[in-house]
Amino acid sequence: MSIVVKEVSKTFGRFVALDKVSLEVPEGTLVALLGPSGSGKTTLLRIIAGLELPDSGTVLHQDVDITHQSARDRKVGFVFQHYALFRHMTVAENIGYGLRVRKAPKAKIRARVGELLRLIRLEGLEDRYPGQLSGGQRQRVALARALAAEPSVLLLDEPFGALDAKVRQELRQWLRKLHQEINVTSVFVTHDQEEAFEVADHVVVMNHGKIEQIGTPAEVFEHPANAFVMDFLGNVNVFPGRLESGKAVVSGLEVDYPSYTHAEAQDTVAYVRPHELVLQNQRESDASIQARVLHVNPTGSRIKVELRVLDSDQVINAELTTERFTELALRTGDVVYVSPSRVRIFTADYSI
Amino acid sequence: MTAKTPRAAGARRSQQDPAWVRWTLTAAALLTVGVLVGVPVVNVFYEALKEGLGTYVQNLFFDPDTRQAIVLTLTVVPIALAANIIFGVVAAWAIARFRFPGRSLLTALIDLPFSVSPVVAGLMFVLIFGLQGYLGPFLRRDGYAVMPYLISLLGVLVLSGVYVFLRPKQPKATLVRWRHPFLVVSVGSVAVFAVLFALQQHFAVWPKNASLKIIFNTPGLVLATAFVTFPFVARELIPVMEAIGADEDLAAVSLGATGWQMFWDVTVPNIKWGLVYGIILCNARAMGEFGAVYVVSGHIAGQTDTMPLRIEKLFQEYNLPGSFAVASLLTLLAILTLIAKTKLETKVPSLANLSRKRPAVGEAAKS
Repeated sequence: MSIVVKEVSKTFGRFVALDKVSLEVPEGTLVALLGPSGSGKTTLLRIIAGLELPDSGTVLHQDVDITHQSARDRKVGFVFQHYALFRHMTVAENIGYGLRVRKAPKAKIRARVGELLRLIRLEGLEDRYPGQLSGGQRQRVALARALAAEPSVLLLDEPFGALDAKVRQELRQWLRKLHQEINVTSVFVTHDQEEAFEVADHVVVMNHGKIEQIGTPAEVFEHPANAFVMDFLGNVNVFPGRLESGKAVVSGLEVDYPSYTHAEAQDTVAYVRPHELVLQNQRESDASIQARVLHVNPTGSRIKVELRVLDSDQVINAELTTERFTELALRTGDVVYVSPSRVRIFTADYSI
Repeated sequence: MTAKTPRAAGARRSQQDPAWVRWTLTAAALLTVGVLVGVPVVNVFYEALKEGLGTYVQNLFFDPDTRQAIVLTLTVVPIALAANIIFGVVAAWAIARFRFPGRSLLTALIDLPFSVSPVVAGLMFVLIFGLQGYLGPFLRRDGYAVMPYLISLLGVLVLSGVYVFLRPKQPKATLVRWRHPFLVVSVGSVAVFAVLFALQQHFAVWPKNASLKIIFNTPGLVLATAFVTFPFVARELIPVMEAIGADEDLAAVSLGATGWQMFWDVTVPNIKWGLVYGIILCNARAMGEFGAVYVVSGHIAGQTDTMPLRIEKLFQEYNLPGSFAVASLLTLLAILTLIAKTKLETKVPSLANLSRKRPAVGEAAKS
């Protein structure tokens, strides 16, 4: 079932959690709400679930206004950040609770619980109590419990936040696969951009109670709408610069910037991702700056190099492929020439 | 390993206080507790049973005034306890789950009975309901006139509660009575109130122009007992509910539970041991309450004497075996309370530990 959120606002005291947020989640998609803490993503999720009432605005499920429907009438599956499993009920009782309160026949409950236990691969643990399970197992039980009554929408609040790195990785892939199997419209909240990119069809980047950008992971990463999105999604080097009639001058480099046509100069900031910096042993173009290698981190598939710009003492980060790194034979203290292969500048609404 | 053990033990011993300090302190503690607590408790039973079991039973159950005191205590305490359980759960729920203006004031007021002397508490009720008190003249003239209002109000509250809980999950558009809860509750309340009021008037349930006695009567005893013991349940529940948080309750609602189902399936099992613990403490205090009850009871033998008051009266009358017989009952209750309390203490903190990782209510809403 599709979800539409229209101009929803919510304040807690003087703190503005959501400021006229509008969002559309198409049927069957898996959408991530991504943002730093305090950006309003959890509040938005709880409003969609009906656990929180918006101050203004409407929430629609499949064109039906459900803003004032209680959580229990919405047929929404909600997975809490800390699982919120009923600690005095067994795994089977937890999973079956949603059916039990809706007065489903006992045999049907038993069959559905068995089916879900197979889905979450916890057969044989149905008589355990939540306290006897590991974090990852609890998370899967919480998910099964939310799915038991066949909700039309699945909402997950930081589903992997409290797990260790390895379990988190496994569960992410498992959630992706599960979503392909059951194909229920899902929204999950995360502050981890890697998680959002790996799992979601669409990513909604939020900040200070507003939506900054909506798009597929590739769109959002490749074409960030503004400086916040650029900065929030992965590492970035920031260079001070100036804009002048069709050109941007960044750290002594001139870059074409045709959309800025005013003759009047303007201060600006340019963003360059670490992998978009090209390192060379010799000066090959005028558009390069000199920098000294401070530190080399050779772990991982790409080599991370920390450099200090000679003119400005600014520390910048670059990423190289292993091949390129061997070619350059970089060592701490070497001086290299750095030029950006791509520069992003955000003024009002323009970017290149 | 065997070679190390003596040395390790030696090291441990050298860091401890010398033997004579340990023995002196332990002996002093045991002696103090023994003299101040152990001997008097044993003595209560000794004095009560000194003249034989027959006299003991005679003193307890065949003295009409004593028997009446036991019955009165067993009447007053359950009523006060029931009131405090309802109030305690409601207050703890409000304080642990909601942020509202006056919340810290309410928290402070709950503790008031702990800090006010029970005698003062008793006097407060005398000043309000007593013959010379604010409501005294009215109560004496036509006290029962308030009863129809009170009973009708109670009926309205109960029926509203039932309506809210029984409202169907999927309201049908055509049925006004399920679609507009506010309208139904307001119109329904007025109607129910009027009907109940009229019925009571018509059948003359309450005597007219008769004096309603609160002070020097059972209602006064219930009021005083309930006032003095009301912090116990709420005080025990607030930390338990705060530690558990609201997530499990919200999870139940999001799974389709009604408020009633959520309360009995999730909330009550979670707060169960904290509640039982509070009830036990509350019960012990209510049974033994003397000061507040002393002021409002008027000490009418065979009518308004509770067990503690009866003990004092028998003692003043130099009826020591009788006095100690009743005292032994209260002491027995105290010992049972202590045992139950110790057993429960191992259950309640474990409940709190399990849930320590959960965020508080406010935090979850912020992000």
